Amino acid sequence: MKRRHRVNAVALAGVTAIAMVIAACSSSGSGKPSSSSTALTASAPGITASQILIGSHQPLTGVAAPGYDEIAPASDAYFQYVNAHGGIYGRKIVYKFLNDQYDPTITSTVVHQLVLQDNVYAVFDGLGTPTHLAVLQYLNSSKVPDVFVASGCTCWNNTSADPYTTGWQIDYVREGKILGNYIKQHFAGKKIGYFYQDDEFGMDGVKGLDDEIPQSQVVARESYNQAVTNVAPQVTALKAAGAQVVVSFSVPAFTALLKLNSLKLSFSPQLVVSNVGSDPITLGGLLESYAKQGGATVAGNQLTQGIITDGYQPSLGSTSNSWIQLYEKIHSTYLPKLPLDGNVAYGIGVAYTFVQAMFKAGRNPTRQDLMNAINGGLPQGPVVAPYAFSATNHAGVTGAYLAVVKNGALVQTGPVQVTDDSSGGAITTYSTTQPAAPASGIPSP
Amino acid sequence: MTLARHFAVALGVAVILLLLSLRLSPYRDYQMAEVAAYVTAVAGLTVLIGLSGQISIGNGAFMAIGGYASALVLIHLHWPLELVLLVSVVAAALAGALFGVAAARLRGPYLAGATLMLAVALPSIANQFPSLFGGDQGLTVAITPPAFLGATFPPTRWQAWVTCAGALITLILLANLSRSRVGRSWRAVRDDEVAAALSGLNVARLQILAFVVSAACAGLGGALLALVTGIVAPGAYTLTLSIALLTGAVLGGLGTLPGALWGSLVLVLVPTYLTNVGSSHGLSGAASSSVPIAAYGVVLIVVMLAFPAGIQGGLRRFFGPATAAPLTALRRRTPGSEHQEEGPI
Repeated sequence: MKRRHRVNAVALAGVTAIAMVIAACSSSGSGKPSSSSTALTASAPGITASQILIGSHQPLTGVAAPGYDEIAPASDAYFQYVNAHGGIYGRKIVYKFLNDQYDPTITSTVVHQLVLQDNVYAVFDGLGTPTHLAVLQYLNSSKVPDVFVASGCTCWNNTSADPYTTGWQIDYVREGKILGNYIKQHFAGKKIGYFYQDDEFGMDGVKGLDDEIPQSQVVARESYNQAVTNVAPQVTALKAAGAQVVVSFSVPAFTALLKLNSLKLSFSPQLVVSNVGSDPITLGGLLESYAKQGGATVAGNQLTQGIITDGYQPSLGSTSNSWIQLYEKIHSTYLPKLPLDGNVAYGIGVAYTFVQAMFKAGRNPTRQDLMNAINGGLPQGPVVAPYAFSATNHAGVTGAYLAVVKNGALVQTGPVQVTDDSSGGAITTYSTTQPAAPASGIPSP
Repeated sequence: MTLARHFAVALGVAVILLLLSLRLSPYRDYQMAEVAAYVTAVAGLTVLIGLSGQISIGNGAFMAIGGYASALVLIHLHWPLELVLLVSVVAAALAGALFGVAAARLRGPYLAGATLMLAVALPSIANQFPSLFGGDQGLTVAITPPAFLGATFPPTRWQAWVTCAGALITLILLANLSRSRVGRSWRAVRDDEVAAALSGLNVARLQILAFVVSAACAGLGGALLALVTGIVAPGAYTLTLSIALLTGAVLGGLGTLPGALWGSLVLVLVPTYLTNVGSSHGLSGAASSSVPIAAYGVVLIVVMLAFPAGIQGGLRRFFGPATAAPLTALRRRTPGSEHQEEGPI
């Protein structure tokens, strides 16, 4: 009898070990103008005379980590750059980002830690829709600024219920409308298939697409779940429906799976992919590694060639652009080990916007001063279209340009277009030239 | 007699926890609430494995059922909190009964495999019915302290009170159950099914009952965790959670209720503490975020090597009879003598 228990214990330990391995593998204010002589005070939680402490939750390990784990270090790199050049009214930004493994329970834990124990001034760029929704109410009931959430869900724009939360990137409805409008104009009469993630991200995108594309043209609507990596059934259905254009609201991993499964079925529709799923460097890397796992060799750049997408920051390929030059400077000084890809650009861009807002919030800001600064509107900065920020609107960037992937980089193919997130809201061309980056690389107070 | 002793111990612990919650910072209260939620779920699992001898890697799924049940009742029916928790217990127990019927036919690794499937498959049901379950982003659960505590009462202290009350009640019930006829029958079944059956015990029914009890605890634990974290979502009930529960039970000491507490403390506190150590020693974000995962593995290996009977087993070895006897101790004793020999649980 004793012996049997021993066997059971060994079996249990074995099963636990195997299961752990499985689990591990599946794991990524209108601030009062005050004179410069005013002394710096500890004007709010997280703010001392010498520093501003902000926090964030990020997927640094786990399934969402590849690519997205570059965003927070990139933001931190920009903050280091600002700190090295005088900081914000002399205060240094300390950015504490904790790993939530893209698990909403852990998000809740780490955000409670940031707010209650570390006493952060604000939560900045918390990443992910399901994860951030877990702390949306908590942050707003605690009156902690929850600025520039790293997700294009329209759920961050709800100023009456969540006055402390704001978006930053273009929301998925706007993006869907702009892509849909392009498809309507350039692929008239063609058969269109949808491929989208079955959550707020995909469904918001489809809402925007449906607003523009005539329903008679849509021949297939295939959704996928992030937990299921076999998308062969969806791709087969798209092929069977005869889709000539496939619009994809997918994360990079699933854009890659869509592409590889299409290749396998000799199915070659024109791909139109949302911004979050189309970063050529991330996508190319994923394509190569997935193909390698399957025993094939592919060239990432070749496979991403010709994908139509959109961008809301200047393209990384346009090396003469002042913003891209700034990004390259920060990247080479502080982030030499990471590739300069869309994720890094995202991290730097959103950090720049935060610095803009902090300067506007004043020398000794309260938490409310930061919200007031954003509610008063922010200058455009690194993005190609104006922000929607106002007292009644917390959506971020309002527009994007159409682009095509060529040799691993985005090439802008159309003008910047702006729209709102309402059904039927007009899409208009925004012809004002984007202001150049300041020579210092730091927004002026 | 046993019952009175368990109540007395629980009352003492309740007073200590109350005083503790008043002295601790809001963040420590939050951690206390998290630990209590995990204790509830881990205690059910440790009874299942330690007493009835069945293995489950799927209790995270029962936590999901409890969590979703409480969220749905709170959102749509606005019932009072105690009823909400009761509903979550009943819902998870029913699911446990259904699954237990199948599980009673399986043994060892096969049972583990079946429960593993449950842990993997069940949370994705939420994605199939997004209008009801909110899809990937799940449902939001919010509780506020009752008005009589005053407007400035810290919400995390209220969470700590609710979860600790839930955990204590669960522990009292489990302690009594394990000392009862049912508990003795479970041990008999665990030690030798044939002998138990020959003694007139209905083996299948006892195994299903153990599954139901364990699922009910997991359901309550899931509901309490949802109240603490404020959300139920498929991403919160992944396989990792089920494994964490099992790890907590094994680390603490299988079959001991205090072990459920030690295991839960390790689960909640070690990752937080180590992340802080990692980042305060100047490790980069990526490196410091890997530290807790690596250390978790090291802790697991060290405890298993040093204390094969878990932390509670180790404490017992050092401090002798002063600490609680594991529930598994019966097999070394002659029948009828356990009341004198077993210490307070």
